[in-house]
Amino acid sequence: MSDYVSMDAHALRDATVAKKRSARDNVRDAFRVIDALDAKLHAFLTLDRDGAARRAEELDARLARGEEPGPLFGVPVALKANMCLEGVESNCASRMLEGYKAPYTATFVKRLIEAGAIPVGMTNMDEFAMGSSSENSAFGPTRNPWDTGRTPGGSSSGSAVAVAAGMTPIALGSDTGGSVRQPAALCGIHGFKPTYGRVSRYGLIAFGSSLDQVSPFARSVRDVELVTSVLSGSDREDSTCLDEPPYQSEPGGVRGLRVGVPREYFPDVLHGDVRARTQEALDALRALGCEIVPVSLPHTDHAIPTYYVVATAEASSNLARYDGVRFGLRRERGGLQGMFAATREAGFGAEVKRRILLGTYVLSAGYHDAWYGRALKVRTLLRRDFETAFEQCDVVVGPTSPEAAFRLGAKSDDPVAMYLSDILTVPVSLAGLPAISVPCGFVTVEGRELPVGLQIVGPHRGDARVLRVARAFEDATTHATRRAPVNA
Amino acid sequence: MKTGESKTNATNEPLRMKEIGYVSPRTGVRWIPVIGLEVHCQLKTRTKLFCGCEYHFGASPNSITCPKCTGQPGALPVLNREALALAVRAALALDCRVAEQSKFDRKNYFYCDLPKGYQISQYDRPYCTGGGIQLASGKFVRLTRIHMEEDAGKAIHDRGDMTLVDLNRAGVPLIESVTEADIQTAEEAHDYLTSLKEILQYVGASDCDMEKGSLRCDVNISVHPVGEPWRTKVEIKNLNSFRFVAAAIEYEIARQVEAYESGDPAQHPVQETRLYDPQKGVTRTMRSKESAHDYRYFAEPDLPPVHVDAAWLARERSTIPELPASRRARYVADMGLSVKDAGVLTSERVVADFFEAAARISGKPKECSNWIQNELLRMVGDPEVGATRFEEIALRPHDLASLVELVDKGTLQTNGARTVLREMVKTGKNARTLVTELGLEQVQDTAAIERWCREALVGKEKIVEDVRAGKPNALNALLGPVMKASGGKANAQLVRETFLRILGVS
Repeated sequence: MSDYVSMDAHALRDATVAKKRSARDNVRDAFRVIDALDAKLHAFLTLDRDGAARRAEELDARLARGEEPGPLFGVPVALKANMCLEGVESNCASRMLEGYKAPYTATFVKRLIEAGAIPVGMTNMDEFAMGSSSENSAFGPTRNPWDTGRTPGGSSSGSAVAVAAGMTPIALGSDTGGSVRQPAALCGIHGFKPTYGRVSRYGLIAFGSSLDQVSPFARSVRDVELVTSVLSGSDREDSTCLDEPPYQSEPGGVRGLRVGVPREYFPDVLHGDVRARTQEALDALRALGCEIVPVSLPHTDHAIPTYYVVATAEASSNLARYDGVRFGLRRERGGLQGMFAATREAGFGAEVKRRILLGTYVLSAGYHDAWYGRALKVRTLLRRDFETAFEQCDVVVGPTSPEAAFRLGAKSDDPVAMYLSDILTVPVSLAGLPAISVPCGFVTVEGRELPVGLQIVGPHRGDARVLRVARAFEDATTHATRRAPVNA
Repeated sequence: MKTGESKTNATNEPLRMKEIGYVSPRTGVRWIPVIGLEVHCQLKTRTKLFCGCEYHFGASPNSITCPKCTGQPGALPVLNREALALAVRAALALDCRVAEQSKFDRKNYFYCDLPKGYQISQYDRPYCTGGGIQLASGKFVRLTRIHMEEDAGKAIHDRGDMTLVDLNRAGVPLIESVTEADIQTAEEAHDYLTSLKEILQYVGASDCDMEKGSLRCDVNISVHPVGEPWRTKVEIKNLNSFRFVAAAIEYEIARQVEAYESGDPAQHPVQETRLYDPQKGVTRTMRSKESAHDYRYFAEPDLPPVHVDAAWLARERSTIPELPASRRARYVADMGLSVKDAGVLTSERVVADFFEAAARISGKPKECSNWIQNELLRMVGDPEVGATRFEEIALRPHDLASLVELVDKGTLQTNGARTVLREMVKTGKNARTLVTELGLEQVQDTAAIERWCREALVGKEKIVEDVRAGKPNALNALLGPVMKASGGKANAQLVRETFLRILGVS
């Protein structure tokens, strides 16, 4: 089984196609790791043992018949609990959807399955993707495998841990304001958010419609590219999906590439050692022949408030469907209005309620223009900041998170402190740009070594360029090879 | 509603003070009603506005649904291009300005028949503005705008302590057209609705059938004394037929005037929504006090802006057929039909198209008109014929034209022609064949007719006297015997002429 844990998706797929392992072996090993570690880590909310076993059996039979195996043949994958797979419970870590089984399968999940991947279950998250630590889950937090007293980040907490702890070589999360990049950084793995619209959102339970993107976690950039090529491409079912063919990797190195470093990405809240790791990463890029270019993204300061106006406005509308009428939780309290109120009171956690209230407020009559209207304008300014910067550089680079994994409970009393975890990822989301977090070293906090991530951002549709830089960085360093100290 | 504005009507003529308005029976004061209509029409598409469900009326509850129109988590809307095409066609037929770019917005509110908790509609950039309809009276009713939106489901409340929800209608494509407050009488409102229905049916955009729910109408109405500013407007809903719309308006005008004239400000009309009660013929305040809704409109992030490029618009424009009003004018002026006939023939596009073709082929519009009105239209719903709609009658314009020709030539007389027509529809055989098969060919043998006439005249000196005295209709009594003698096949015209010739009367 140490075999299984040490292989990335590429290697696992190749070994399975070469019949050195079977798909059933992979599924068995995945569940062995999960069963050994998940009581402690709590990465999963739902496990689909039967479905995974059935799929594995079918895949092995097909291969035996001589059918052409897909690019993810036999690879177990973890899905975030806001993704629809028909017949499997996807509750968004919320009481509102406890027991809810999707009546259809998301386009991106279908594509994974068609490529031969095997979903093993749904992972824990912050409720309805609102949070940066998993502490907003209605079913308890997920723990960071590097230090189980700390958060793995969020909101795609369980998916990050599934990969970091070796349960599955790949996992899917969703990134709205940093929900894949930040946990990737805190867990020492790769997390990639494609250009907005590159991957279909059909079947992703919506939080912020103009921001959400399905985003893969993996332990290598090659795996990230593999999964992205499977997921991406136009989809009739999603009108915001770009009309493009699936992602294709761009060959080549980074010599002569201009790496923009925004001065605004080194704020005061940046942990001292995180700053040091980022500097070292820039040195590594310079050694590869990159030109480091100082740039400015002047409106960065406004990104968090803008995000929390736009995203919550959209969320307040997207979550209106949870009313007890057609599916999910229902609480009666005499009459229709009573049912709505009682259901949503009981079904939603505190942070979700907070954001719905905020979103409703910024859209309401008399405040709409001053808040939502203005936020849309600032969003345009943030986009233009990047457009201007990309005239002087080819990628923008900085730390992913201002700090390494924090203690569970450390920010529970201060929502705004929690919001600031996303200070470096949110501007990218608002601009709809592609960005990856790559492991770039460790910092020591209270005697424990914790991973740090470097964020590489590209221009709109510059996904291939971002991943090319990430590949070059990975090849030139060894940070990504370190595994979390868990015994499976 | 714009206050203090129009002291003139839509065409900018000064109000003809003595001619319009409602004169209070109590005070003799003349009040001017100010009426606007909001009409929702279901677009005649195969599928719903944002999903592939195929809606049809009368399906069992919740049988026409899918993850999108039931608002399942993760589902996304996809615009039905056919809906956009029909909406654009409707706009062109109503003379509106179609926007090159418009957008969808979310209208947010909670209700049990609204699956997503918001309705996808259009708020500040609808797909078209302007336009209007010219009524038969000459009055032009302006449209402010038309926008596209999805329908909600249906909530049924009167089941004990339960509310039942049917989501079949959820997601059905609608266009909501809003008129300027140009309407001033119940009759104008009725005329507007019939014209709107006619136009939308003609271009195939909507069936506008209130009974099947493909048309709904809300009324906004206020009254003010002549020369004074506009007053509070009241909304009236739950109007299930054009007749009820007119009746509700008449009732409401009287009610509002009486309320103002009561002298008690507490009685004055307030801004509210009232429901029409067709049984009592009154309007009533809605049970629940509705506070003003804040719909928190914002641009729908799941849908891109709607583009209508000039080339497409031109293509759509070329599909618009000649509209009913224009056809009626033509039938009267060019074909000599009566206004009434023109009205009946243009009541449905399929009928008008059929009539025009038959008239063109036969060159006999009046005759075609009669046959269509007296025979073909009556066949609709006849169980023997089996056609529930005009277009289901198995007859081509060419066939009617040949029948008309046969009658005109004298080969067939009217009764026989009626029989032939029915047989043509039932069997699909052509007129000529049937005339022969049924042996209906009229006897035009002048010698035989002369013989029968002379036989009929025997012993009828009184009739002969009357005819010679200038009463040719006295011959009617003799037609019977001749018809009998000829087995019903004598050409009536010829018989009459023969009689007159025999009697030496011209």
